Amino acid sequence: MKKKRLTIWILEAITFIVMLIFLLPIYLVLINASKSNIMIAADPVSLPDSLGVLIDNVVRIWNHPNIRFPSSLFSSVIITVLSVGLLVLISSMAAWVLCRRKSRVSTVLFLLFVGIMIVPFQVIMLPLVSWFNIVQTSTGIPMLKSYLGIIFAYMGFGVPLSVFLFHGFIKSVPLELEEAATIDGCAKGLVFFRIVLPILKPIIVTVIVLNGLWIWNDFLLPLIVLGLGNEIQTLPLAVSNFVGSFVKKWDLILTSTLMAMTPMLILFIFVQKYVLKGMVDGALK
Amino acid sequence: MKTRKDTLLFIAFLLPALASLVVVIIIPFLMGIYYSLTDWNGVSKTVNFVGLQNYLAIFQRDPSFIHAFLITLAYAFLNVLAVNLVAIGLALLVTNRLKLTNVYRAAFFAPNLIGGLVLGYIWQFIYNNVISFYDFMPQMLAKPGTALAATVITSTWQYAGYIMMIYVAAIQSVPESLLEAAEMDGATYSKRFRYIFFPMIAQSFTICMFLSLTSSFKQFDVNISLTNGGPAASFMGESIRFTELMALNIYYTAFSYNKMGEGQAKAIIFFFLLLVVSVTQVYFSKKREVEA
Repeated sequence: MKKKRLTIWILEAITFIVMLIFLLPIYLVLINASKSNIMIAADPVSLPDSLGVLIDNVVRIWNHPNIRFPSSLFSSVIITVLSVGLLVLISSMAAWVLCRRKSRVSTVLFLLFVGIMIVPFQVIMLPLVSWFNIVQTSTGIPMLKSYLGIIFAYMGFGVPLSVFLFHGFIKSVPLELEEAATIDGCAKGLVFFRIVLPILKPIIVTVIVLNGLWIWNDFLLPLIVLGLGNEIQTLPLAVSNFVGSFVKKWDLILTSTLMAMTPMLILFIFVQKYVLKGMVDGALK
Repeated sequence: MKTRKDTLLFIAFLLPALASLVVVIIIPFLMGIYYSLTDWNGVSKTVNFVGLQNYLAIFQRDPSFIHAFLITLAYAFLNVLAVNLVAIGLALLVTNRLKLTNVYRAAFFAPNLIGGLVLGYIWQFIYNNVISFYDFMPQMLAKPGTALAATVITSTWQYAGYIMMIYVAAIQSVPESLLEAAEMDGATYSKRFRYIFFPMIAQSFTICMFLSLTSSFKQFDVNISLTNGGPAASFMGESIRFTELMALNIYYTAFSYNKMGEGQAKAIIFFFLLLVVSVTQVYFSKKREVEA
């Protein structure tokens, strides 16, 4: 028994050290975002003199015209929240009718949704730009460089996996509940919103986590739909644009990366349990 | 049972999702097949149908793509290996009854919350300014071999924590009683690993291989921000960028060199390659899963 406890302590120590090594890059960002460029060049591993420089750098990034941090943060939040919200709504609705209406059409459409997942983004990206351009010039609906265009694009790219996840979950929800509600005189469309949607909560969490993390951090789609240096830009675009505009001013670049990753890391601390569960459930389905 | 009202509801509920799918994926996908058969440059009004010429041109006189293809294979192989080894190692550590288990898991997962682009810049700093600060360390991003290694290390750091969580879920599904019984019967740790853990985590192994493999092939963000394809090297008598993976090569062909037709032809080759690789991988893993 004593030997076993010792083994556990050794394992605890090893794991702790591995964790410190794993977090080393974040530590390096933190200490060097708290220095001036000259100090970084002199010694990138020394501790900063004071935290004052960090605050100073953060303020400089916040106000810097080349990164437009506040407006980029705002755009990232708007795009992520709206895209994920709409995805949850339209995917659960589609999955529900595809699951409940047993017909050949349902089967074929479901297979279409699932089959599309194999098509990588790179195959769509080039024609997507010219297609959005065609739509924009012929109808006047702003598809490129606009919130509408990018949110719509995320709906399209997110729908296959989301429909698939909802479909798998709804299959296991007993039909009796919905039938009882229908008999009680509830209109069928309302049954979905009043009865089914609340039951879907666990899978909604998974869908939110998977899509939210992807959309928040995505770079390539915003790059081609919004473009670098556009009025509306997400945080990854803003950071990339900022890095491109400077010759290696690492103090500011590192501060910008630190500020770009902080919102997600803080959110993660609060909803950790859901994120880890959601990511695993999404993969295992 | 199927009344007209039901059909209307069916259509109304399905339409938003289906319309998004058609407009955002299916139409561009079909357009893409057409573009790959033309000489369109992405901007001009003249579009000439050239048949399979783009595809032939890629194989005949585009060393950059052939190199990108080969280096993507090498990168994918190394990355799948590194990600899964690290992930299994971490999973075995954090499934012991440690005091801070939840903290460890969260910390190992955390890099996954940082986007590949931001993360690439951070590691560019680490390789160029921190590691090379020590004279005995190499300039990782300056030489082809070490630049590829640097890319693998960076993407492993990002992805291993996520894959670890899938292995953790698998290991935890192994019933404790089974392990205790084996221990009672005198099975050594390696035997328990081989005969109990391994078969039981085989299914998650398939998933993790699939996820890490497809994500390696699609890698773009870390690639563009860490090395941007560099350093320069020579291949088949032409100057190419050594760590430029397929996705980045396609992007530059279409948007920087204005060869939309050729870029799209590359994208379609990429699509078929991904299809073949992932189907083969799942087929073989599934087969082994049954045998194990």
